[in-house]
Amino acid sequence: MSEPLLSLRDVVVEFPTRRGVLRALDGISLDVNAGEVLGLVGESGAGKSMIGSAIIGLIAPPGRIASGEIRLSGQRIDNLGPSQMRALRGKRIGMVFQDPLTSLNPLYTIADQLVETIRTHLPVTAAEARAQAIALLDRVGIPAAAQRIDDYPHHFSGGMRQRVVIALALCAQPDLVIADEPTTALDVSVQAQIIDLLKDICAERGAAVVLITHDMGVIAQTADRVAVVYAGRMAEIGPVSDVIHRPAHPYTRGLMGSIPSLREERARLVQIPGAMPRLDAISAGCAFHPRCDVATAACATTRPAMTHLVSAQKGEQSADRFAACLLLDHTAREGGEHGG
Amino acid sequence: MLAFILRRIFQSVIVMLTVALVSFALFRYVGDPVTSMVGQETSLEDRAALRDALGLNDPFFVQFARFLGNAVQGDFGISYRLQEPVMGLILSRLPATLELALISGALAFIFGVGFGVYTALRRRGIISNAIMTLSLIGVSLPTFLIGVLLIWIFAVELQILPSFGRGEVVALPGGWSTGLLTPSGRASLILPAITLGLYQMTLIMRLVRAEMLEVLRADYIRFARARGLSDRAVHFGHALKNTLVPVITITGLQLGSIIAFAIITETVFQWPGVGALFINSVRAVDVPVMAAYLMLIALVFVIINLIVDLLYYAVDPRLRVDRGAGASA
Ligand SMILES: Nc1ncnc2c1ncn2[C@@H]1O[C@H](COP(=O)(O)OP(=O)(O)OP(=O)(O)O)[C@@H](O)[C@H]1O
Ligand SMILES: [Mg+2]
Repeated sequence: MSEPLLSLRDVVVEFPTRRGVLRALDGISLDVNAGEVLGLVGESGAGKSMIGSAIIGLIAPPGRIASGEIRLSGQRIDNLGPSQMRALRGKRIGMVFQDPLTSLNPLYTIADQLVETIRTHLPVTAAEARAQAIALLDRVGIPAAAQRIDDYPHHFSGGMRQRVVIALALCAQPDLVIADEPTTALDVSVQAQIIDLLKDICAERGAAVVLITHDMGVIAQTADRVAVVYAGRMAEIGPVSDVIHRPAHPYTRGLMGSIPSLREERARLVQIPGAMPRLDAISAGCAFHPRCDVATAACATTRPAMTHLVSAQKGEQSADRFAACLLLDHTAREGGEHGG
Repeated sequence: MLAFILRRIFQSVIVMLTVALVSFALFRYVGDPVTSMVGQETSLEDRAALRDALGLNDPFFVQFARFLGNAVQGDFGISYRLQEPVMGLILSRLPATLELALISGALAFIFGVGFGVYTALRRRGIISNAIMTLSLIGVSLPTFLIGVLLIWIFAVELQILPSFGRGEVVALPGGWSTGLLTPSGRASLILPAITLGLYQMTLIMRLVRAEMLEVLRADYIRFARARGLSDRAVHFGHALKNTLVPVITITGLQLGSIIAFAIITETVFQWPGVGALFINSVRAVDVPVMAAYLMLIALVFVIINLIVDLLYYAVDPRLRVDRGAGASA
């Protein structure tokens, strides 16, 4: 396997506060390969959005990346200066946010916003940028794009606005798109369309996607691999079918177990008993052990490291899997039985 | 659009009628017009004849209608104190007040927005903190004290600016006299304009700062940054324009207050404007001038309100309903 497009190694994000330093992300490591879709799941507050912010360099001050490194095509990007980072945003890394109703500036037309973004990154004239923008709007499914381009955001419905947002995120041809719950704020009837659009258009352009979502059905259908995050730490990462059918981490098992049937399309993530700890109250050892039904005494004292598992399933691509659990042998065996 | 304007104009007319009623009541029932107009030695018969001639015995509504009719034609009667037509008095002094108000309004807006944006963007900087502290002083000091302080520093101690009057004025066609064309006129304008505009400036500055901080947290600003737009484009293109939508309203209304509150500044600096005229009229219970002044201020407010509404409309596309039919995509 060649070098990954994006790679995070032991990324720690800290927020200094009056009552001490909060660790929003604690040792996040993951790779995204060119052109693939990586799903990112976890409970609310787990740090999914924070991972996206860290990658694109938009962590709200006073938060900062305290240690670890982020590489894009091998080049470190976590320590770039403001102007170098700005050149990457939009150009190499595109971002789609959750709420299309508030993502667009209400006082500018769609054309203004698209042309401005295109011309920030590409050496084209205003007329060329406008032509590109119309073609792109057409591609994301805005009917009569040439006329609608001069409309203001409030002239569009939520679903249409999210299409415009996708066009904006993709207009400078980034290699990586981070989509943070791109359909959560939308009507159920258009959610699938938007996900399909995002997946197709990124596939066409060879852009990789980091897809943050609560919807396991979407992950199952869309992602190549999935990463599970808990309390700012990695729980598990691996190919989607492996993680869904043979979860290695008890937390992942809880997540999957709470879904009635994985064949059911729109199964939503249901909470496991108990709640994720607050950032200032994460216990020693494994962050999940207070809620874990198989925890041992060691889990309360020893923090598990990410451990390499090898999927030995026949007929499936053998891909790398990692999980952070002291009882990995136990769970892996159980997982194996489950699958066989 | 047209319906919107017509509705606003209709509302303005209602406001003006109400003010006219108050103004008329003042004119008619504060003091006795006849007593104010004639000398001590006029006989009772002469007074009664005058009362009749002036129509003061007519029914209320007839009198009010006559007052309105005259007012629309710019006739507010004769000043008791100066024995001149009220309208002429006011018109001759209006340029002084309007120049002062517009200049201090412009100063307040430019510096208010500038400082507001600066302190919002450099929230923790030393200069920002200094500006914020000074602005607190600006809002808490009474206007006349600021005027007196400025006079003391710049006119008495440093002796670089005049402390009173309007300086040399030039008459323009149309009866407008301006102080903006002569060095002494411009110098005379500085201290009163600062005095009058300081409070409004701090108000606008605090409003812009709060609004800007709010806007900078908005999703579309985050999205604009995530698209790699420059800080300049994000701050001054995307954020500032959204900040200005509510600021325009307040600023417009502030301009109205500037004209209304020019009274104090005009008194402190002996500025020959309508505010000073009003104060002198109050002292002399010169009711026609007071009534006319009231209507003038109301008219100014109404016109400014109308302009602000139209500006609002021009800035914020969401208020324009012309293309609303396309919204259902
Ligand atoms: N400005 C901040 N200061 C301190 N802590 C913060 C700040 N922003 C986020 N956090 C913390 O970082 C953690 C991760 O938040 P994040 O928004 O990434 O969660 P998430 O997984 O995206 O959740 P959701 O599914 O609700 O979007 C949370 O515990 C949150 O409280
Ligand atoms: Mg989130």
